[in-house]
Amino acid sequence: MNFIDICALEDIPPLGARRVRRTSDQEIAIFRTENDQVFALLDQCPHKGGPLSQGIVFGTQVACPLHNWVIHLDSGEAQAPDVGCAQRFDVRVEAGRVLLDAGSLTA
Amino acid sequence: MSRMKLVLVGNGMAGIRTLEELLKIAPDHYEITVFGSEPYPNYNRILLSPVLAGEQTLDEITLNDLDWYESHRITIHLGKKIVRIDRSKRAVETEDGLRVHYDRLLLATGSDPVILPVPGAKLEGVISYRDIADTEAMISAASQYREAVVIGGGLLGLEAANGLRLRGMAVTVVHLMPWLMERQLDQTAAALLQKSLESKGLKFRLQASTAALQGDASGRVQSVELRSGEVIPAQLVVMAVGIRPNTALAESSGLFCDRGIVVNDTMQTFDPRVYAVGECVSHRGKSYGLVAPLFEMAKVCANHLAQMGIGRYVGSQLSTKLKVTGVDLFSAGDFASRPDSDEIVLSDPGAGIYKRLVIREERLTGCVLYGDTADGAWYFRLIREGSPVNEIRDRLMFGEDNLGDTGHQGQNKAASMPDSMEVCGCNGVCKGTIAQAIKEKGLFTVEEVRKHTKASSSCGSCTGLVEQILMNMLGSDYSEAPKTKAVCGCTERTHADVRRVIREQKLLTIPAVFRFLDWRTPNGCASCRPAINYYLISTWPKEAIDDPQSRYINERSHANIQKDGTYSVIPRMWGGETNASELRRIADVVDKYAIPTVKVTGGQRIDLLGVKKEDLKAVWTDLDMPSGHAYAKALRTVKTCVGSEWCRFGTQDSTQMGKDLELALWRMYAPHKVKLAVSGCPRNCAESGIKDVGVIGVESGWELYIGGNGGIRTEVAVFLVKVKTSAEVLEYAGAFLQLYREEGWYLERTVHYLQRVGMDRIKSLILDDAKNRIALWERLQFALDGEPDPWKELTKARVDERQFVPVAALAAQPAAELA
Repeated sequence: MNFIDICALEDIPPLGARRVRRTSDQEIAIFRTENDQVFALLDQCPHKGGPLSQGIVFGTQVACPLHNWVIHLDSGEAQAPDVGCAQRFDVRVEAGRVLLDAGSLTA
Repeated sequence: MSRMKLVLVGNGMAGIRTLEELLKIAPDHYEITVFGSEPYPNYNRILLSPVLAGEQTLDEITLNDLDWYESHRITIHLGKKIVRIDRSKRAVETEDGLRVHYDRLLLATGSDPVILPVPGAKLEGVISYRDIADTEAMISAASQYREAVVIGGGLLGLEAANGLRLRGMAVTVVHLMPWLMERQLDQTAAALLQKSLESKGLKFRLQASTAALQGDASGRVQSVELRSGEVIPAQLVVMAVGIRPNTALAESSGLFCDRGIVVNDTMQTFDPRVYAVGECVSHRGKSYGLVAPLFEMAKVCANHLAQMGIGRYVGSQLSTKLKVTGVDLFSAGDFASRPDSDEIVLSDPGAGIYKRLVIREERLTGCVLYGDTADGAWYFRLIREGSPVNEIRDRLMFGEDNLGDTGHQGQNKAASMPDSMEVCGCNGVCKGTIAQAIKEKGLFTVEEVRKHTKASSSCGSCTGLVEQILMNMLGSDYSEAPKTKAVCGCTERTHADVRRVIREQKLLTIPAVFRFLDWRTPNGCASCRPAINYYLISTWPKEAIDDPQSRYINERSHANIQKDGTYSVIPRMWGGETNASELRRIADVVDKYAIPTVKVTGGQRIDLLGVKKEDLKAVWTDLDMPSGHAYAKALRTVKTCVGSEWCRFGTQDSTQMGKDLELALWRMYAPHKVKLAVSGCPRNCAESGIKDVGVIGVESGWELYIGGNGGIRTEVAVFLVKVKTSAEVLEYAGAFLQLYREEGWYLERTVHYLQRVGMDRIKSLILDDAKNRIALWERLQFALDGEPDPWKELTKARVDERQFVPVAALAAQPAAELA
């Protein structure tokens, strides 16, 4: 697998997110939980396309800033009763660096 | 597992209540068989009087219908009398030879009426007053005959006499003692009672004893002859001279009896497999004929039968209420005069009111109330608690309502009762149990409360109180539902709880709040975190530190997110005034950043819509205007009219007033958005009537209105006060807004805050209490002093500037890289 170095873990605020820009595609949101777990989702709520990176992060969930849909960071699935799924990307932290799986970017 | 066999002899209130209590705590412990000598399922014996009086029907007083027995898999034998207990083989036998084995036996054989041993006692038409058959006999006699004599002027006798009178008979009560109900009443109260009953048409012969009953040729009673020689015609004679515990069965089986079946504190007879409850027992030398003690016994007995063994019966204090409509009578405890007792007496014979309280060793030991029994339950509680009353002695007589500031009588009585206070004395149900059942089971009627809690299901004298509790609870449920609503799914705590704890415990961080209140989630959710963050910074300004990650995106990026993820930017224009230089800068910014839409807002400002997040910082810098906080739960705008400066109708300089208010209040975070308006005359061009604080200039000063709202439901602001100077406008408006900041719940607009706490509270804290008003205003100024403009002092405002730029840009298509 080919992981791309994105940023330092510290570049993402705890209980927050940052955006990764892509030239010809939607941005990716990278989330950091309270205990430094990192997740990556397409920065687009399955509901009305709201930027998930701007939502409030709690536990391993994020609340979309537009209509408060709650999206699970690990699966990208919306919390019931809402139904929908945000695309998920493989991401990991190594030696304090956040790495994004290049392979998953093409999937 | 085969279940133990429990046999109950006696299908009355005490026995069945014991089974009910038992089924509640150990539903599968026993296989139960019940024998009842009457052909009816369990009914409410103390409501026979209302049946006799025609106020209730037999159906209404049935407590457990046959379905109840069936649904609890109880075998019931009605109309079958047990004649023998074979204790060595542990079995009971009916008169027709049915034999049933038992592991535990419960005797609840009740009591028999005492029949006077006078000549003629066996004549037709001479009955006692004990059960449904007696009641039916009286009802049928009343339809055929005219005159009745009731022997015995106690509780039961008077209720019987009253019932027969209501059914049209001429009734004379013959009583041996010098006054009526001598065991429950003193002479004075009894005289009042007698007078009242006489006015209803009853006749009395006191200190009179019956010599003989005389019959006619057909064998029916026709008159009562007294020792004095007087002969009273009567075709119906009711003997209500007392009851005697029914111990015949127990005695014949060799169980120790002494006027009643002798039991210990766990309701066991001398044979520990055999229990006894109710009127048939003798406990510590006492027998009881009232329902409340029976139910206390039932509870203890059930507990022991369930093998829990933690209950003990130690005897009961008694209270009595006469169930004669139109007569209010209550007595409790020991009210006999003794050398060491004091008495407090209130007597107003004209008004028909008499109250006597007996105090011994600083404790209330008894009371007799006639005419006004509203405080009976309270006195009874004091008697049972046995706590000293010397501190309230001077006000004791005037009732609980006069003890302190407990508000108006009636309705508030139920509201002010503590949860532990007993409402239903018969069934030992306290207010808390009723309230809980109403809440948890969603009860709406007295009937439902009866079914679920038993409260008011016996003598019914607490029905009014139960109704009050229902009214209080349901009333408050309608209007104050949010009061009990949890902040969110992360906790059961309410907004009020959280605010209180933050203040009392001086909590300064969100994790501290979560820890202290045992939050169920590690870092809350998108509902509770913004609320708690606001509570912290508004309660402890300069101490609690704002947490931007717990704010909505608008307050984190200080702009208003739009449906496409772009933002809108609204710079502040003080009082809605602007100038050429500001307008020029705005125009330049619109051009430079290709802002698609420019719109004038309802709050007299200019909205730049469609700004990209990356451009926000530069837009603010280029505008060089203060943040309008149009994105925040905070002071938004102060709308003004032109005012006296230009307007020919203007009475006050509303624009200047608006600017002063806006300068004093901007950067003020609040539970929700806050909008103000100032109009220079009552024409009210600034629409002050639908603002959180609306100011209207009049010739002699300014009028302040609060709690207006132009939102989903238009709410007209309420008049608060009229003041003279603009300094006063600032002080009063500021004090109100600070009160709202301190007491409001997150996302609660001023109108809802006002509806919740009431205008009286606002007035008392802001108008009546000048010191408090000034303190509030000073606290607000302290909180706002040095607050940064987030557009200009980004660091101080804790704006995370990293949010405006992507953390990385993937230049090429990763797919291409891999390929």
